[in-house]
Amino acid sequence: MNTQLIQLAYLVAAVLLILGMRGLSSAKTAPRGNLIASIGMLIAIVATLLMNKVVDYTVVFAGIVVGSGIGVVLARRIEMTAMPQMVALLNGFGGGASALVATAEYLTYDRTGVTPEGVVPYAIVAGLLIGAVTFTGSIIAFAKLQELMRGAAITYPGQNFVNALIALSVLVLAGMVVAGIQGLVPFWALAAVSLLLGVLLVIPIGGADMPVVISLLNSYSGLAACATGFVLGNSGLVISGSLVGASGLILTKIMCDAMNRSITNVLFGAFGAAPEAGGATGDGESQGTAKGYTPEDAAVIFANARSVIIVPGYGMAVAQAQHAVRELGDLLESNGIGVKYAIHPVAGRMPGHMNVLLAEADVPYENLIEMDEINPEFPETDVALIIGANDVVNPQARTEKGSPIYGMPILDADRAQHVFVIKRSMNPGFAGIQNPLFFNDNTMMIFGDAKKVVLSIVEAVRAFN
Amino acid sequence: MLDDPAVALTIFTLSIFVGFEVIAKVPPLLHTPLMSGSNAISGITIVGAILSAGHEDRTISTVLGFVAIVFATINVVGGFLVTNRMLEMFQPKKRS
Repeated sequence: MNTQLIQLAYLVAAVLLILGMRGLSSAKTAPRGNLIASIGMLIAIVATLLMNKVVDYTVVFAGIVVGSGIGVVLARRIEMTAMPQMVALLNGFGGGASALVATAEYLTYDRTGVTPEGVVPYAIVAGLLIGAVTFTGSIIAFAKLQELMRGAAITYPGQNFVNALIALSVLVLAGMVVAGIQGLVPFWALAAVSLLLGVLLVIPIGGADMPVVISLLNSYSGLAACATGFVLGNSGLVISGSLVGASGLILTKIMCDAMNRSITNVLFGAFGAAPEAGGATGDGESQGTAKGYTPEDAAVIFANARSVIIVPGYGMAVAQAQHAVRELGDLLESNGIGVKYAIHPVAGRMPGHMNVLLAEADVPYENLIEMDEINPEFPETDVALIIGANDVVNPQARTEKGSPIYGMPILDADRAQHVFVIKRSMNPGFAGIQNPLFFNDNTMMIFGDAKKVVLSIVEAVRAFN
Repeated sequence: MLDDPAVALTIFTLSIFVGFEVIAKVPPLLHTPLMSGSNAISGITIVGAILSAGHEDRTISTVLGFVAIVFATINVVGGFLVTNRMLEMFQPKKRS
């Protein structure tokens, strides 16, 4: 097909992708936006299939059939609680695909003896490097989220040195490939080192920092696609890739702001700070003992309450407690109590994690309130019910200058009249610090699995009526 | 067209700006669907994969292209479907 027509088709595709993303600005228009974006993608794919360069359709269609099959099964089967893993995996596939394309193109140049010109050699190196880092980095993120490996930060002596060494060899090898040095050795070496770099960059990042890492890998997967666009001289790839790159960067920034940390601190902070954070866990005793209460105590308090704010955290996701939480919310509402949900930007393991879980449980999204909007309401609220959240409600962030989470914006749950905290044990949260909220006079702890505790509160409230 | 580095850089830079403008309007409520949706879009690299796998001569590049198509298709199909599944959950429905 005519090259110009194909370029125009890419333009139409890019416009549809942008319009589709714009649809995501409200929940109402979002499904249509997603549909528009997928039509844009379909146009881009069909246009590519019609290009004169594409002659061997067997391999292409075989790949599309296999990939679609896996994609459909993944999308249908995945539990909403496992969405962070799913997104990590998809990031990885996107990055991996881009790295493979960069490699295939380089090998074609090598075989035909043509020297790549202009931006192409740089783009090949960028596509390979970013794609490979995204691929292995996402696999590690997936393994951590799926609990196939330890979720906590993994550090070892000399980590900075090893990483600096790897970064240096990436630079040298990339320089050799760009300079057009004969033979495939530098290229394959660069591929190997890039894959290793992805692993090493993600292992020192702990569970609660996952929202940042996933956002960043999301951005990388877009930038890698963008790089392959430069390799192939394909504007459709460049436009869509940079769109995703920008999206991931914005989310990364939002996540970092919500933790009051810089991106460097999140990515490299674990190296120096790990032993320190571990040492701070023993403070619990000195603050007195947290008081354990029962679901029946909660029922008594709820019987006299007019307003309740529920604060969900990662613990709710782990216990798959979202449906139980909705049941409790409905029951309280039917008793004439106002129920709202306070959503911290980094609650859970990825941006928007809590919103998706509660939406799955049919909580109307008007009741899911963002941090800045809900914080002024806590002092006038009778009960704050904290379910599996810890660091995002830790008042130390306001007062303790020496605390690792000092300055992090938190939900002011401690300012409610009564605070219930449902927690598995007194283990400190991710930041490895004790939470003074648990020892406040108006705080009542209920220990146990979030789902079981919420269900027994439901029973107790019913019995009390 | 992209042979000219200046043109390529222009497209890239402007697209980044468009991306920032569009994405900044997405509310935190929809950040997870945004991630999975933009994930699907990063599967656009399937275009490159098709070009690599569709060459007339079958070489190692064809094999790499095939794997790349599989990866990218998982990304595109899985990404759009799971995004749709999530977005449906955000639609107001009659509650029992």
